[in-house]
Amino acid sequence: MPSALPLGDPAPSDGLLPGQALEGAAARAFGLYVHIPFCAVRCGYCDFNTYTATELGGGASQDAYAGTAVAEVDFAATVLKNSGLPARPLSTVFFGGGTPTLLPAGDLARILTAAIAAWGLAPGAEVTTEANPDSVTPESLQLLADAGFTRVSFGMQSAVPHVLKVLDRTHTPSRVPQAVRWAREAGLAVSLDLIYGTPGESLADWRYSLETALSYAPDHISAYALIVEDGTKLAAQIRRGEVPEIDDDDHAAKYELADELISDAGLSWYEVSNWSRTPEQACRHNLAYWRGDDWWGIGPGAHSHVGGVRWWNVKHPTAYANRLGSGLSPAAGRETLDSQTRSVERVMLEARLNSGLEITSLGGLGDTGRHAVAGLIADGLIDPAAAFRGSLVLTLKGRLLADAVVRRILPD
Amino acid sequence: MSPMARTAPVPAATDPAIIRNFCIIAHIDHGKSTLADRMLQYTGVVQSRDMKAQYLDRMDIERERGITIKSQAVRMPWELDGTSYALNMIDTPGHVDFTYEVSRSLAACEGAVLLVDAAQGIEAQTLANLYLAMENNLTIIPVLNKIDLPAAQPEKYAAELASLIGGDPEDVLRVSGKTGMGVEALLDKIVRDLPAPVGDPNAPARAMIFDSVYDTYRGVVTYVRVVDGMLHPRERIQMMSTRATHELLEIGVSSPEPTPSKGLGVGEVGYLITGVKDVRLSKVGDTVTNLAKPATASLPGYADAKPMVFSGLYPLDGTDYPVLRDALEKLMLNDAALVYEPETSAALGFGFRVGFLGLLHLEITRERLEREYKLDLISTAPNVEYEVTLEDKKVVHVTNPSEYPTGKIAEVREPMVSATILAPNEFVGAIMELCQSRRGVMGGMDYLSEDRVEIRYRLPLAEIVFDFFDILKSKTRGYGSLDWKADGEQVADLVKVDIMLQGEQVDAFSAITHRDKAYAYGVMMTGKLRELIPRQQFEVPIQAAIGSRIIARESIRAIRKDVLAKCYGGDITRKRKLLEKQKEGKKRMKMVGRVEVPQEAFIAALTTDESKDKAKK
Ligand SMILES: Nc1nc2c(ncn2[C@@H]2O[C@H](COP(=O)(O)OP(=O)(O)O)[C@@H](O)[C@H]2O)c(=O)[nH]1
Ligand SMILES: C[S@@+](CC[C@H](N)C(=O)[O-])C[C@H]1O[C@@H](n2cnc3c(N)ncnc32)[C@H](O)[C@@H]1O
Ligand code: SF4
Ligand SMILES: [Mg+2]
Repeated sequence: MPSALPLGDPAPSDGLLPGQALEGAAARAFGLYVHIPFCAVRCGYCDFNTYTATELGGGASQDAYAGTAVAEVDFAATVLKNSGLPARPLSTVFFGGGTPTLLPAGDLARILTAAIAAWGLAPGAEVTTEANPDSVTPESLQLLADAGFTRVSFGMQSAVPHVLKVLDRTHTPSRVPQAVRWAREAGLAVSLDLIYGTPGESLADWRYSLETALSYAPDHISAYALIVEDGTKLAAQIRRGEVPEIDDDDHAAKYELADELISDAGLSWYEVSNWSRTPEQACRHNLAYWRGDDWWGIGPGAHSHVGGVRWWNVKHPTAYANRLGSGLSPAAGRETLDSQTRSVERVMLEARLNSGLEITSLGGLGDTGRHAVAGLIADGLIDPAAAFRGSLVLTLKGRLLADAVVRRILPD
Repeated sequence: MSPMARTAPVPAATDPAIIRNFCIIAHIDHGKSTLADRMLQYTGVVQSRDMKAQYLDRMDIERERGITIKSQAVRMPWELDGTSYALNMIDTPGHVDFTYEVSRSLAACEGAVLLVDAAQGIEAQTLANLYLAMENNLTIIPVLNKIDLPAAQPEKYAAELASLIGGDPEDVLRVSGKTGMGVEALLDKIVRDLPAPVGDPNAPARAMIFDSVYDTYRGVVTYVRVVDGMLHPRERIQMMSTRATHELLEIGVSSPEPTPSKGLGVGEVGYLITGVKDVRLSKVGDTVTNLAKPATASLPGYADAKPMVFSGLYPLDGTDYPVLRDALEKLMLNDAALVYEPETSAALGFGFRVGFLGLLHLEITRERLEREYKLDLISTAPNVEYEVTLEDKKVVHVTNPSEYPTGKIAEVREPMVSATILAPNEFVGAIMELCQSRRGVMGGMDYLSEDRVEIRYRLPLAEIVFDFFDILKSKTRGYGSLDWKADGEQVADLVKVDIMLQGEQVDAFSAITHRDKAYAYGVMMTGKLRELIPRQQFEVPIQAAIGSRIIARESIRAIRKDVLAKCYGGDITRKRKLLEKQKEGKKRMKMVGRVEVPQEAFIAALTTDESKDKAKK
């Protein structure tokens, strides 16, 4: 059950952007997201826009996908140029999914090469791919590194077999250290994705997963609380009572443990769910989302943002391929944000970062935010010292209540 | 061949000898409306093709709930042995809350059809209404309805009826309002057995008001039964209780649509229109006379309706307060029993304390406000009126717990009722247990038939207004029925229990209870609130207290996590929409100090579990 798309305005078939998207563009970083909508099997908790071979049936084949993605890269380059945006090299590229590494490394390399041909890479650009531990080999990783990838993010999720089983993961725990070693040998930086709070996972299980992940000395860790998405197999299992319910208090305890162990291992948080060994090793592509930079999303269901204009592509790979085949924009809908909405988004996104949210910037939304600051300090949700310096930075307790903090600082 | 009358007697020129005035006494759902429909059809006043189920139940809510709130009178012709008769059927409300209206409708008749579901037998309310009918000297025609049902037990219940009112079980008519079987025989029997009305055609006019309905187009429509003399259009009439005078703009009969006539004479039943806009100016039970030639004595039986149950009504959305005020004003035009005054609650904002005849009256009023005026309302737990005497001899009447005096109290008196409960005898134990637990004192017990008993209790009204009936129903698997009437008052050891969230008193949850039950109330309410109020960013203690003494406490643990970890590959739009939804949700919260309490929590905390279940169905 892939995730639903938002409701927005219709997007123009030529994809051209309104003038608003141009303002200040030269000063903003530009990135590329490439969605690969294929997986070997669908994990029971996952509602990403991804398809197994059987779910997809005929039509959009995996073989033809690289060609279709390259077609959107070329379309994107033309649209940005014709809309009057300045030429900007790519600061970050992120291949996500789905399972990008389900495609042959050559296909990923081909798409990246086309993107580099269209925009060029900025010096020190970050180029990441997500990967499942059992979908890489030393050779494929080397090929990716040679093509320009700098970073790989493995979906480790857990080191505990019974937890991996509930998550429907196909890899065995021992595959992870192997994959990490191969990636290192190929010269790639390594990130590990973990999920906590899986039904049946004890606090000891989670500690074991964390310690195991940290023992591989990753440059970066993402730790996500398991979200039970509507329409997933996991949601049905919980509804039928086959799998216990998710407990928020358990999530909170596990988040606190994660922060403790990851920090002790020398990494620091930079976003609610993300930690890096050095500030430079933070995922810059991820940060671009939280900071409201520009990026183009390639692929079915992919989201894009340029200067306050957000749009998203049609979801199904076949519909997506057909649009591009007819020379039309694959966008399904878009929204042009007014300045009020942009301020709201900024609060919502930047409050999650350890770089914090400028308190003076809250003024544009009225007095609620500034008046809330003292209360947030009193409740131990934001760092008082940072607040005195004019910046709203969440404490550990505040990170766990980040959405509530955001609601408190936004006007009614 | 249908014995429909070929010619109908003309109003204002009808000999009382050919008039029959009757009503139908029945428990809710025993089929009164359906039978009335068949009569309308068989007498030809409503064509079969115009027949809507329950033609006479005009209000939507009535039709939906299948109960009759406002009674009406219909004139129907019926021919027997070559004579055309005028039958006036007066449809009475069937519920205990409306006993006074029932008694006035009965007073307008010479006879009553006692309609009993042949699968259920007689119920407590039927007994109460039957008692009122006998008190008014009405001739009773016992009838078993729904004999088409496979579960019908006509022999058993015919015997029960006969033993109750005297007579032979063989004489109990058997009909089906659904199939129409036996309905013509019933119409014949009404003509044969019921006495014709008697009155003095030459005396000053006297007509009894048995119903008064507000109509948007015509103003108040007053239903009357003429006892003496005659009323004519255009003459000036006078209400004998208030001495108010009006011009009679229109007079007529319903058959069943209003049909103007040249007047109404002795024994006739019909409607009057005077152009007044408030039913309070045309009160049920009052006597109408002719201003030019007034009667000296009014007809007996007039009494003001007295509210028994009080509840605070608050709009969910505070800005709807003026809408609620206007709506109550309008409802009052049509409901002489409704009283209200503005009140404020720290927790609920601006609203009204409204007095009702009983719980059903409350529910119906609330539903009408919500439906007809599109209001979302919170109603506080129903309350009775307490008379509190302070040590300095000052007397205070309390209808809202938050107004309970804080000074030294000498004595508190509470209203009492005498209740009659009917049920199969296997439930006697359960019923006695229930009544005992509600501070009831047993008055007696009688067997109606081999396996059905009538149990009489004297109980505090406060103990039956909330969930008593629901519990009685569930303890008797639906077979128990209840009737009650006011029965004085008693001194009782009552206390006020307050509920506090984070030390902040929530006036909407305060209750006046018997001292022995204060603890149970405190535990129940604090427990309920712990379930209903979502966890906050800090711990929230919930306490119940009598004065400054804490009698129960609970606590809501602080929430520890409220953050969505993922960002869905840049789908910021989805995240923002979620935030907007959460913000919307926050707007529907009421703040008690720093605690955000969802309105649903107020509603649920103020609702019994049984009525919650009902709402779910
Ligand atoms: N089988 C059967 N059902 C009936 C009969 N009369 C009424 N009902 C049903 O009983 C229910 C209550 O009838 P209604 O006339 O509204 O009762 P009231 O509350 O006394 O006015 C309805 O569902 C009717 O359809 C009857 O003679 N036979
Ligand atoms: C887009 S997924 C793709 C990565 C790759 N296919 C894999 O599963 O290893 C990126 C990460 O999102 C996280 N994720 C996916 N579904 C989730 C859910 N329902 N709740 C929490 N995290 C989830 C997982 O940690 C996953 O590694
Ligand atoms: S492998 Fe990754 S993207 Fe695919 S279904 Fe599992 S979690 Fe989702
Ligand atoms: Mg009815």
